[in-house]
Amino acid sequence: MEIKRKESDFIVTVSPHVRSVETVPRIMWTVVVSLLPALLCGVYFFGLRVIFVTALCIVGALFSEWFVEKLAGKPITIGDGSAFLSGLLLGLTMPVTVPFYIPLISSFIAVGITKQIFGGIGYNIFNPALIGRAFALITWPRAMTSWVEPSKMFDLNNIGAAFSNIGMWLDGKTSATPLGILKLEGIAKVFEPYAAKADLYMNLLIGQRAGSIGETSVIAILIGALFLMLRRYISWHIPVSYLATVGLFSWILGGKEGLFTGDALLHVLSGGLMLGAFFMATDYVTSPSVKKGRLVFGFGCGILTVLIRLKAGYPEGVMFAILIMNCFAPLIDRNLKQKVFGLRKGK
Amino acid sequence: MHVAPFNIMTLFNEFFKGIVKENPTFRLVLGICPTLAVTTSLDNGLGMGVATTFVLVFSNMFISIVRNIVPKKVRIPIFIVIISTFVTTVELIMAAYVPDIHEALGIFIPLIVVNCIIMGRAEAFASKAQVLPAVADGLGMGIGFTMAVSIISGVREIIGSGTILGYEIMFSGYSPAVIMILPPGAFITMGLILCFFKYMGNLLGRKV
Repeated sequence: MEIKRKESDFIVTVSPHVRSVETVPRIMWTVVVSLLPALLCGVYFFGLRVIFVTALCIVGALFSEWFVEKLAGKPITIGDGSAFLSGLLLGLTMPVTVPFYIPLISSFIAVGITKQIFGGIGYNIFNPALIGRAFALITWPRAMTSWVEPSKMFDLNNIGAAFSNIGMWLDGKTSATPLGILKLEGIAKVFEPYAAKADLYMNLLIGQRAGSIGETSVIAILIGALFLMLRRYISWHIPVSYLATVGLFSWILGGKEGLFTGDALLHVLSGGLMLGAFFMATDYVTSPSVKKGRLVFGFGCGILTVLIRLKAGYPEGVMFAILIMNCFAPLIDRNLKQKVFGLRKGK
Repeated sequence: MHVAPFNIMTLFNEFFKGIVKENPTFRLVLGICPTLAVTTSLDNGLGMGVATTFVLVFSNMFISIVRNIVPKKVRIPIFIVIISTFVTTVELIMAAYVPDIHEALGIFIPLIVVNCIIMGRAEAFASKAQVLPAVADGLGMGIGFTMAVSIISGVREIIGSGTILGYEIMFSGYSPAVIMILPPGAFITMGLILCFFKYMGNLLGRKV
């Protein structure tokens, strides 16, 4: 029997022949979706102003992307989700109390300068969202470190409370983050309000603590991260080596009574570590692409985070640790690249 | 050595080229070290600009005077001796009359000796030109540098401290962006202004 063939079936072209359905917009928008649990937890704990702050960040990021691409005469790529994602990540690292201009300016620094000036998506050396946050933290240190106690403002019985404070933060109980208390007043003070140690860990897990919008709830972040891992959008190498290193070294060095007395669980569950390890350090552009290299990258991030938390002036070091390791990503990649079979050394 | 004859028009050209067309900071991107380091406030920037202009004019003049008796092989040491003479002069004058600015500029006044703009003009222009064009070139370059440093330091002071020459000018409740008077602010400001000049240059169709 003769099989009917179209002429186009016989056209031979150069590779690639097999194309994946995964595209940049698809991956970016999936990561955006995976961040929704963390965002919703932020809304639950800190009220509707969370939406306002993240929306400002996203609008600022999209506008910066459009503006710089327009000026440079490049194709406009605000639809590919990468600027949206950077804006969302930046918003999740802001405290809920920030004045409105901080999200706008730092999202311009994040996307306009860190990403677009360096050549757009795929060419940035540093994670845009983290540079935006570092800029904001250095520029407005007080506004960026004024935390409030989570107050479950999204209470169904008192819906009005959710809408208060949207335009400008007016009231709310100020508080320090667990790591801030740890830095200034010592570990005893961190556990003081709790009857048992497990209560604190539970609160850290669900996110009932002062902190940035999207960093508090470990469970919400893990749900999103698990979703991404099942879709194979992020690999386990960086987060696992990062978290393990932080746990190990905070256990070894973190205690007052000597070596091996630190509270590893407290260090792993608090601060921006979860958000950083799963969503910032795994950024495709600014992390190594070799598997061995990813382990090294996570290890370096972990060491730096612990050092900054325990020895340096800032209570939290995830942001600076990842930014510093971003510089080393190309170096790591080059030195740990898979040897091509058959090539001799020195060729 | 052949020296081109000059008239009043070439003098004007030598003077004005340093201000916009060959602005040492924004076009030639020379002397970036003091530009980035001392531009935290407008009076620092102006002080640096004026000090550099003074050294530039006089070193250009004297290098041009001695150009025919300096052996080629030792010209750089001779330039440096001449330049450092004027740098020492300007440093002592500043220490005597504007001690605050002298204090703020610190090590960057002695470092004018190795400023690329001054060495560059000495080597590329003054050592090959007659005295008047050399002075005109030094003055133009100095004014161009002063303008550039003033623009950068003005922007940084307004955004970073909310003041200009020490006077409050921003609206009340303005929270200064501290990063602008820290080192990163210098790079960001410098980069964006360079970007702006390049963009305007392209827009006006001028070959850069």
